[in-house]
Amino acid sequence: MTVNITLIVLMAAFFAAGIYLLLERSLTRVLLGLILIGNGANILILAMSGGAGQSPLYVEGRPAEDYTDSLPQALILTAIVITFAVTAFMLGIIYRSWVLGREDAVQDDPEDRRVADQSSYDYEDDADIPADTSEFTAVDAGALGDAEATADIRDTRGADAVGGAASRNGGGAGRPDPTATQKRPGGEPR
Amino acid sequence: MTAAELAPLAVVLPFLGAAVTFILIRHSRARRAVSITTLSITLLIEVVMLLAAPSAGTQAVHLGGWSAPFGIVLVVDQFSALMLVISSAVSLAVLVYAAGQGMADGDEDGPVSIFHPTYLILVAGVSNAFLTGDLFNLYVGFEILLTASYVLMTLGGTAPRIRAGVTYVVVSVVSSMLFLIAIAMIYGATGTINLADLAVKLETVDPATQMVLHLMLLVAFGIKAAVFPLSFWLPDSYPTAPAPVTAVFAGLLTKVGVYAMVRVETLLFPGDRINSLLMVVALLTMIVGILGALAQSDIKRLLSFTLVSHIGYMVFGLAISSRVGLGAAVYYVAHHITVQTSLFLVTGLIERRGGTANVDRLGGLARLSPLLGVLFFIPAMNLAGIPPFSGFIGKLGLFQAGVELGTPLAYVLVAGGVATSLLTLLVMARVWNRAFWRSPGDAEDPDPILLASKADGSSVGTSRHVTGEATGRFSGRNPVTLLPPTMTGPTIGLVGLGLALTVLAGPLFTLSDDAAQEMLDRTPYIEAVLGPGADG
Repeated sequence: MTVNITLIVLMAAFFAAGIYLLLERSLTRVLLGLILIGNGANILILAMSGGAGQSPLYVEGRPAEDYTDSLPQALILTAIVITFAVTAFMLGIIYRSWVLGREDAVQDDPEDRRVADQSSYDYEDDADIPADTSEFTAVDAGALGDAEATADIRDTRGADAVGGAASRNGGGAGRPDPTATQKRPGGEPR
Repeated sequence: MTAAELAPLAVVLPFLGAAVTFILIRHSRARRAVSITTLSITLLIEVVMLLAAPSAGTQAVHLGGWSAPFGIVLVVDQFSALMLVISSAVSLAVLVYAAGQGMADGDEDGPVSIFHPTYLILVAGVSNAFLTGDLFNLYVGFEILLTASYVLMTLGGTAPRIRAGVTYVVVSVVSSMLFLIAIAMIYGATGTINLADLAVKLETVDPATQMVLHLMLLVAFGIKAAVFPLSFWLPDSYPTAPAPVTAVFAGLLTKVGVYAMVRVETLLFPGDRINSLLMVVALLTMIVGILGALAQSDIKRLLSFTLVSHIGYMVFGLAISSRVGLGAAVYYVAHHITVQTSLFLVTGLIERRGGTANVDRLGGLARLSPLLGVLFFIPAMNLAGIPPFSGFIGKLGLFQAGVELGTPLAYVLVAGGVATSLLTLLVMARVWNRAFWRSPGDAEDPDPILLASKADGSSVGTSRHVTGEATGRFSGRNPVTLLPPTMTGPTIGLVGLGLALTVLAGPLFTLSDDAAQEMLDRTPYIEAVLGPGADG
């Protein structure tokens, strides 16, 4: 197989420039980088087709080696169409990103930042389990009272639910009620 | 006419359906009817293909009458037939769910109308990738499904979706470029891109060159399959998409990557040169993924991390590369597609019912909607691998294969698999405790919708009309049905499919075991494509 050195150098230049642009934070440059890499890949396919030859139209008596390998050109054509579609779509979302936020840069994921910043202590999982889990104690009254006190802030429908839930919860199975333990009057401090 | 000759229909029908739904873009009812009918027929055809597959063996269809190494072939073997049936069943369920959501909310105008054609194109791309016997056609199949997925990912064009969509598109395009470069190099080394022809010709290539080609393909597919060092993009981008879209992405797109990895490992580059590397990657994927899930409070993000983690199990089976390991991996792929998709669909329902998908703000759902509790509980336990379910059977097969191999690394992998399974249980139990068991009042800043419905005094039902004023998320809108039967129905169906995988585990495991043997033998595939005696 013969290899065309010009094509290889061109491909390397495209890849180098493409990867440099891809690592930028500006979306337009990222897109330009992707286009360059796409074209570099197409040139690579062309370089792999093994040199130019006669056009692949059947002529009687011509040996098979004289024809150009037409398959890589078909592959390149398909790849160009695909890159074209993706480029058009990328331009669309870059424009949309600009319209929405006047921002042409890759943005951080807010939820990811939030999870990274949260403390490792989790109230629900790591809090001490209260020792007193017996049913029908003073806890019930306390929990109910607290819930009603906080309910002033909420709308009436919400308040009923909180009150109902708290009393049901305290009177039910021995499951600790966080609001009860936290705000129990006279209870041991957490 | 054999059943395998129906194979092109699995790709062509969704495309035709997409064209018709595109014409019917102004007629929502007709659009729904056409897309659901198309997928149902496709599923039916694929079931016929699957039933015929064990007796017929590997079958190839030469498209356009071009003989094997020159034209494109579609290959139906037990593995691809099983993947087709599972993927179509899952995408049908998600389609009905999405159509039900559209009907319930009346979102018939605007960008959502593009959903049906795009979705059908996605299904066509997935089917093409599962069926093709040609490396470049596999690239085209990937591009079809990816381009459709870009549109679905950014549906509506809101700021969070655009932000996530940019990351997703760039990462996907880079992996496609790597794949394209690998194809170019493989063509340069062998002069062919037909998979069966490559299987024969790659053996004559210099081992060092083989290694480069092998690793390039694995990196390209590893990005698509979200294997650990290449998985960072997935939890960032999936959760922002609409619930049905996330569900189908989680179920299918990563599995197409896994499927391609399996084909590369078994057909193109057999042997165990990089099995240790794959084992380490599998271990890290499992552990890092599940540790990520532990830190999340948004159920969608949490499930995205468990998705990454459980890809590790499939790579585990692939790395063992014995008949038992590969068979278990095939079964595990089928199990995981079903279970992960149903979990995402249930999360969509939780979000509707509770107003948010953040576990810190949820509570009391088990009392508000026992049906939702059951629908979440079964796939959650299934994912964690609790004994009667299919997740347990798949994991048991993998561990058995690991112990049979008996190397120290294999034992570490088995231990890692057990630990991941337990951590998955922990993650699922946390969601269950918070979202379902505690009372809504204990939640941190619960959505009014959770508290409001309690005070109504009305009974706890599966479908309930809530007026705009009492709800947070739906405020200012017409009354909506929170859990319409058109959405719970497909979810129940999919959870049922997950249970069916357990009930039918015997025949299914035999099937996946045979599929694994067929892939390890390689000869049936090569002879089906190139004709008898072609295996050099």
